[in-house]
Amino acid sequence: MTAEHVSPSKLLRPLSPLDGWQAAFDALPNVVAVTEIAFMAQLNLRVDPSGPAAGAVAKVLGSALPTQPCSSTRSGEYQLLWLGPDEWLILAPEGAGPELETALREAIGGEPGAVTDVSAQRTTLALSGCASRELLAKGCSIDLHPKVSPMGTCVQTLVAQTGIIIVARDETASDFLLVVRASFAQYFAAWLIDAGVELTGAC
Amino acid sequence: MQLISCPWCGPREEAEYHYGGQAHVAYPHDVGAMSDADWADYLFFRDNPRGPFAERWVHAAGCRRWFNAVRDTGTHEVLAVYRIGEPQPELGTQASR
Repeated sequence: MTAEHVSPSKLLRPLSPLDGWQAAFDALPNVVAVTEIAFMAQLNLRVDPSGPAAGAVAKVLGSALPTQPCSSTRSGEYQLLWLGPDEWLILAPEGAGPELETALREAIGGEPGAVTDVSAQRTTLALSGCASRELLAKGCSIDLHPKVSPMGTCVQTLVAQTGIIIVARDETASDFLLVVRASFAQYFAAWLIDAGVELTGAC
Repeated sequence: MQLISCPWCGPREEAEYHYGGQAHVAYPHDVGAMSDADWADYLFFRDNPRGPFAERWVHAAGCRRWFNAVRDTGTHEVLAVYRIGEPQPELGTQASR
């Protein structure tokens, strides 16, 4: 009876929605690269952009909230995505959610507004490579050319019938962040892999 | 696919939108004093013109905001879109296009 006792917390680890999919992503033609960025902290923020709370929130985040539709801002390790005229999604590193949520809630104080931790609602995929725009175009009608969608563009749209947020992360529009609902993530990953099969050769 | 312009996000595919019925139907002021007939009229009866019709639409797969659109029910052409709270635009020149 000398079986070593292993604490359950060492055996259990969180499973991201796309756990185990990386090998399939790696098998895609090398003109695209897909990686899941799992467990990113995500906060939904509702606040009046012209009210005093918006200024207080900007101090916490280190940058003003983007008010231009379909845009986003980077502030240190936070990404502030425009979701609507009074709604934003804040992406932060894994584990940063609860602290940031408290800080934002304190900043809003008694003003109208809301902060909700929605980290488990969606997962995030990094899509890069010279054919990434071509890959997305197979299921998405948004023009992602950098002339139309410059760096920072953040569109909520349908890709292959799946609701998704696309963030253009570089000036050549070949590096995207795709934010997809957890329950749709496996479908979307399977679609990405299928759409990527016929991308061959150099760009 | 037909493109509909969202007042926030710009032109997007029709599939991103959901329809919300006739626009500018105000909630009655004094519901308690209404007759059943008036209440039923408010609840169930809507205009059904052929031609320009002010409607509510929601950009369900995008910014999820409701807005109003004037659509020609004969041609399905969207003649104007405007945000909630904004007045219905004059359609003199657009409707006769």
